[in-house]
Amino acid sequence: MTSGTPAIELQGVTKRFVAPTGKSFTALRDLNLTIAAGEFVAVVGPTGCGKSTTLALISGLEAPSVGTVRVFGEPVKSVGRSVGYVFQRDAVFPWKNVLDNVAMGPRFRGVDTGEANTEARQWIQRVGLEGFERYYPHQLSGGMRKRVALAQTLINHPKILLMDEPFSALDVQTRALMENELLDLWSSTGASVVFVTHDLEEAIGMADRVVVITAGPGTIKGTYRVDLPRPRNIAEIRFQPRFIELYEEIWNDLRDEVLVSYERSKHRVAS
Amino acid sequence: MNARSTASPLNPVVQRDAAAEDFDAERARARQRRRVLVQILRIALAIFIVGTWEATTRIGCHGPDSGTCVVDPFFFGQPSGIWAQLVRWVQVGTAQGPLWEQIVTTLEETVAGFAIGVVLGIIFGVLLGRNRLLADVMGPYIKGMNAMPRVVLGSIFTIALGLEMPSKIALAVVLVFFVVFFNAFQGVREVDRDLLANARILGASQGQLSRHVILPSALSWILASLHTSFGFALVGAIVGEYLGARKGIGLMIATAQGTFNANGVFAAMLILAILAILAEALVTRLEDFLIKWRPNAITEVTI
Repeated sequence: MTSGTPAIELQGVTKRFVAPTGKSFTALRDLNLTIAAGEFVAVVGPTGCGKSTTLALISGLEAPSVGTVRVFGEPVKSVGRSVGYVFQRDAVFPWKNVLDNVAMGPRFRGVDTGEANTEARQWIQRVGLEGFERYYPHQLSGGMRKRVALAQTLINHPKILLMDEPFSALDVQTRALMENELLDLWSSTGASVVFVTHDLEEAIGMADRVVVITAGPGTIKGTYRVDLPRPRNIAEIRFQPRFIELYEEIWNDLRDEVLVSYERSKHRVAS
Repeated sequence: MNARSTASPLNPVVQRDAAAEDFDAERARARQRRRVLVQILRIALAIFIVGTWEATTRIGCHGPDSGTCVVDPFFFGQPSGIWAQLVRWVQVGTAQGPLWEQIVTTLEETVAGFAIGVVLGIIFGVLLGRNRLLADVMGPYIKGMNAMPRVVLGSIFTIALGLEMPSKIALAVVLVFFVVFFNAFQGVREVDRDLLANARILGASQGQLSRHVILPSALSWILASLHTSFGFALVGAIVGEYLGARKGIGLMIATAQGTFNANGVFAAMLILAILAILAEALVTRLEDFLIKWRPNAITEVTI
């Protein structure tokens, strides 16, 4: 881990939401998490444990109810310029073609259209979508739309990359391809990544560290260093003995939380 | 288009064989046959309706008095009479002047009312859609005004704005505004939260959010309302003219009614129907142009 100011620091963070019924609901409770610059952290946990909320807090889209969130030592007050966010669902603009979608970030930030387009073309090439500049999102496959989303996010050179189950909607083969490509792209950026997933294999395969969050209200249950060498090949890394050891170790922790979450959902259905 | 030559990145070269070509050719012929059948049936239906109308207003008629006919053409008109009326309007002109002048007047009022109503509807829809406090405060008033039969405002406008165009435009605006407003409002409310969050993260200001995310997203809702609201604009213009005017198709209808000229009312109606169909085609063109990004737009049933 590098010394100095951590890239992301959550201290004693609690987040409550008010449901439409007027009752409040605690998504996160007393969460402490520190992520170093350039570190790739995967966050795993059962459904509804507040994983996405964690990302919303770091990005500044939501403010914590209690506690502090710092990015590079500065408390987060609003949406920061150093953050990139890849959403679970498609969040590319359906009324803009690939080029305009990718160029949007720089254009929002005041770069003139010509310059933004030049840069966008480079990123489109980097994610392997050359020749598709004029296509609209609905004309592309799910995997291609994810590439657009990646280019759209990375063009802003985020120092912090937040990813909310970005590949969960893709088929298994496309997913492995995209995971490898993300690792490639990431290795040249030096950004810190917080990668939320419910898939433990994906978490171990990609991350330097895996954080397990408890069933909601979420708090940290355990963190595990993944000491597998880089560069990694996601499709093959899962056959390594060390990978299997790590998987067993983390799964022991995660399993209880998944069961708790499952029991609760059964009660919710029954009541 | 030849399937073999369209090798774009998204349409890889498809291997075709003779059987597939035959199948396609057969399907194309079947489609063509059906198109012809539909056209023939359409024309037959028109002939049947117009023919029945003409026949029932002629059969049993004796002498100059039309009272002995099966259907009295004095009250219900007669296709040949409607046609004669149209020809007279075109050749001689109407009681208020040349026919084209009446059509242009009504169209000007309709288009002006439509344009102003649409712009106001979008502005207020987006404003209230984005500002919850304003929406909560204004909500009951807007609902109340919408529930009111707004055509009666035509009388006020005629008193206040006179017999010239402004009173008709005002009525058309009032009718159009609410349709567009409610659609724009709903469209803004329905904007995908992830898209908004994404734009904010990418660095969009409030103005950029409106322009690049909220308006395009609401556009499909707004455009859907344009089909209905152009009809409303026409109603506004016609009713306005009917209540008091110096020119226009509405006035022609009022004049025809005043002289017990049923054929005149039907002839004016026919002109209006043609205008409405042309306008509908234009709105559809506009829609196709503005939302070419949409895969298969959920269009209304086309006849």
